[in-house]
Amino acid sequence: MSEMKKIKNLKEFSTSADRFEGANLLCPGCAHSIIVREVLNATNDDLVLSASTGCLEVCTAVYPYTSWDASWIHIGFENGSTAVAGAEAMYKALKNKGRLKQPDRNPKFVSFAGDGASYDIGFQWISGCMERGHNMMHVVLDNEVYANTGGQRSSSTPIGSSTTTAPAGRVSYGEKKNKKDMVSIMASHHIPYSAQVSPNKWKDMVKKIQHGFSVDGPVFINAVSPCTTEWKFDPKDTMLLADLSTDSLVFPLYEIIDGRELNITYRPKNVVPVEEYLAAQGRFKHLFKDEYKHLIKEWQDRVDDNWSYLQRREEARV
Amino acid sequence: MIKKGWDEFEIGAMLRTFDGSINDIAGTSQDDRSYSENSSYTASVADWRLIKPVFNKDYCIDCQFCWIYCPDVSIISRDKKMIGVDMDHCKGCGICVEVCPTNPKSLLMFPEQAEEEAEIASWPAKDEEK
Repeated sequence: MSEMKKIKNLKEFSTSADRFEGANLLCPGCAHSIIVREVLNATNDDLVLSASTGCLEVCTAVYPYTSWDASWIHIGFENGSTAVAGAEAMYKALKNKGRLKQPDRNPKFVSFAGDGASYDIGFQWISGCMERGHNMMHVVLDNEVYANTGGQRSSSTPIGSSTTTAPAGRVSYGEKKNKKDMVSIMASHHIPYSAQVSPNKWKDMVKKIQHGFSVDGPVFINAVSPCTTEWKFDPKDTMLLADLSTDSLVFPLYEIIDGRELNITYRPKNVVPVEEYLAAQGRFKHLFKDEYKHLIKEWQDRVDDNWSYLQRREEARV
Repeated sequence: MIKKGWDEFEIGAMLRTFDGSINDIAGTSQDDRSYSENSSYTASVADWRLIKPVFNKDYCIDCQFCWIYCPDVSIISRDKKMIGVDMDHCKGCGICVEVCPTNPKSLLMFPEQAEEEAEIASWPAKDEEK
C-alpha cells in the first residue's frame, strides 16, 4: 500500500505535477477540468481512468490529441464505470496469481461521468459496480443537464430550469420534476463512502477524494460542476456560482460512510438566500416574472427542508 | 503529424501521451516530461482567446488560488511560486482574475492585442477600504 499524499495547504498542493493537460476543448470557464484536476492531484498513485460519453470525454480526446497523462479509456455512454470495474477485477485476479510485473504499484481506479451518464443512462451499470463491491471510485460531474448534446433535461435537472426539451415560455416554467437524490441512492447500496463535493472547497474535496481512495470498496462522489453554456453565466463567474451553490445550501457538502453515518462537512457562516443562486443564472431568469414568483419560495422551502433533514440525520447517526 | 480522415483510423485507437517510458508521472513535472505529439500539451487553443490575463509579479502573494481554479492548467507554478501564464493553453475565461485575493489584483484581463509592459506600467493603485 502506497502512502497517501500529504496536502496541508494550497502551496503544498501546487507542487503537484498535473496529469490533465491544457489545450483540451472544454468551454472557457468549464468547471469539469477544475474537478478533474482536484481529483487527479489528490493522489500520487498510478491511475486507471475512464470517461463515459459527455463533455469531458469529447473535449479531452479529440483525435489525434489526448489530454490525459494516465491510462484512460472511453467506451460507451453507459459503461464507463463497468470498464473501470473490469480493469479492477483483472488487476485483482493477476495480483492473486502473482502475474503482475510491478506488484508493489497500487493503481487507483476512477471513472468520470456526467449527470446524464450517471443519473439516467449509466444508472444500472453504476448500481451494479457498487453492488459488486469493486475497489473503484465513480465521480459524477453534475451540471444538471445533457450539456454535450445541446442542453436536454436529465433526471438531475432541478425544477424550474429552462432546458431545450423543457423550455420556459408562455405555457411552462421549464423543468417540472425535481432532482434525483443520487448520493442517497448510491449510499443505499451500503458502499463504504459516498459524498457530495464542490470544486470551490478544494480542501474538503481533496480530503474526501483521499478518504475515498483509502477505503476498500466502491466510492461514489457527486461533484457540482457549474456549466457556463447551459446555466448561462459569464465564464469568469464559475467559482462564484460554485460558491453560491454551496453557500445557499442548494448543494450541501456532506459525506455518508457505510451508507449510514452522515457527516455534514461544510456549514456556511452566512447562508445565502436561494434567490441569489437562481438570479445568477440565465436558465432561471423566467422565475423572476410575476407568474412564477411562487416557485422561488418553493425552491427556498425545499432547500431548507433538505438542510434540516441532513442535520437531523447527522445528529441521529442513521 | 499525419491527420487521418474519419474513415481511416482504426477502431480502438490508442494515443500515447509520452515518447519513451516515464515511470513516475506524478513525480515528474511538466517541464521534464517528453510529450509525444499526441498530447494536447503540444497543441494550442490560443486562438480562442479574446481577452488575456496579464500577470503583475509585484502584487502576487503566491496564494495559488489561480493555480487550483484555472480550468486549463495555464498557470505555471513551480516550487510554490506563481511564475506566469501559459498563453498556448489559456482560453481567457478570467477565473484567475476573479479568485485573485490581492489588492490591487495581481492578474487583470486586457484585450488580446494589448501590450503587456504598457499595461503593467499603468496598473491600478490600491483600492481604499470602504
